[in-house]
Amino acid sequence: MTSQGAFTIFIAAIFINNILLSNFLGMCPFIAVSREVRTAAGLGAAVAFVMTLTSGLNYLVYAYLLEPLGLEYLRYIAFIVVIAATVQLVEMVIERTSPVLYYALGIFLPLITVNCAILGVSLFMVIRQYSFVQSLAYGAGSGVGWALAILAMAGLRRKMKRSRVPAALEGPGITVILAGIMALAFIGFSGMVPM
Amino acid sequence: MRPALWLRRSRAVSTLRRGVWDDNPVYRQILGICSTLAVTNLLVNTVVMDLGLIFATAMSCWTVSLLRNVTPKRVRMMAQVLIIASYVILVDLALKAYLPEISEALGPYVGLIITNCIIMGRCEAFAAKNPPGLAFLDGLGCAVGYSLVLLAIAFFRELLGFGTLFGYPVLPEGVTLWTIMAMPPGAFFMLGLAIWFFRTIQKPREA
Repeated sequence: MTSQGAFTIFIAAIFINNILLSNFLGMCPFIAVSREVRTAAGLGAAVAFVMTLTSGLNYLVYAYLLEPLGLEYLRYIAFIVVIAATVQLVEMVIERTSPVLYYALGIFLPLITVNCAILGVSLFMVIRQYSFVQSLAYGAGSGVGWALAILAMAGLRRKMKRSRVPAALEGPGITVILAGIMALAFIGFSGMVPM
Repeated sequence: MRPALWLRRSRAVSTLRRGVWDDNPVYRQILGICSTLAVTNLLVNTVVMDLGLIFATAMSCWTVSLLRNVTPKRVRMMAQVLIIASYVILVDLALKAYLPEISEALGPYVGLIITNCIIMGRCEAFAAKNPPGLAFLDGLGCAVGYSLVLLAIAFFRELLGFGTLFGYPVLPEGVTLWTIMAMPPGAFFMLGLAIWFFRTIQKPREA
């Protein structure tokens, strides 16, 4: 597992171990924010960016702070604090440097703190014992994979507006079933990289 | 909703009932499906995960409610996350000590209870404004309601995907297993069907 090249991990995280479709992480925003393509793209970009950044930072925190001190069991708290701080920082930097991007992502940034996919990536990284470069690749790949899934879903839901869905299945119900079909399609990729 | 009926019940009962049935987190609010859906392919894992979630939710709501008057507004989200994380660490350590095999199988998902939106949602929406006893019941009700739906999903996934219940074979030899149920898409399909089913039977009471 740990000997895989960074590129392999990156590709595998997008298609084969898609954080959303095979690990069920980040479902809440996936269902709530996939109504429109524009907002889905904004959130997807924000998640991909923060995920890459936090997986690298969390690796450093875990390898150089928690492990030497024997405080591995505190990793949940440490990771959450790092993620919250990163999100806040990114928000401030974007606000100063690129107001356009800030308005596009603005509302989504705070939401990301409690996106389970972000914490999930950091936890998987520890369990699979990735190196720093592998962690970055895994974070970036998962972020891109998540963004891809939510974009595809937003596109599908736009087409769905004209379909007649049973009343009780409308909204979240049909979205979950669509996600199932999407997950089925993604299983087709599983032969691509030997795991 | 008939107010007369609601008034006759005590507030505690109605708080519990709302979480388990009326505002069930899974099929009404669609919250917190992330972290636990992944472990619904086996009943044993689901039961352990649910117990951990019930403990973490009820205790977090209680603690958040106890501290509601001394927590500054600006940092309350952070404070809530830290409270939740502390209880989740307790659950994680307990699992590692007493059920190491299941802890291994659950992997990162125990830790992910922290970012489960139900807990944050209940803390923010209810516990931050209500007394500790009620907050505890509210957390308990929501977590139990959530667990029941997941158990139903896990029941069908394990039965159809592996032909077993709690690891004991129950289907006769020769029955073709639905491998898809053991795989991720199965969870999505079952969740979609569960939402459909519960929303359909709940409809008449809502009108």
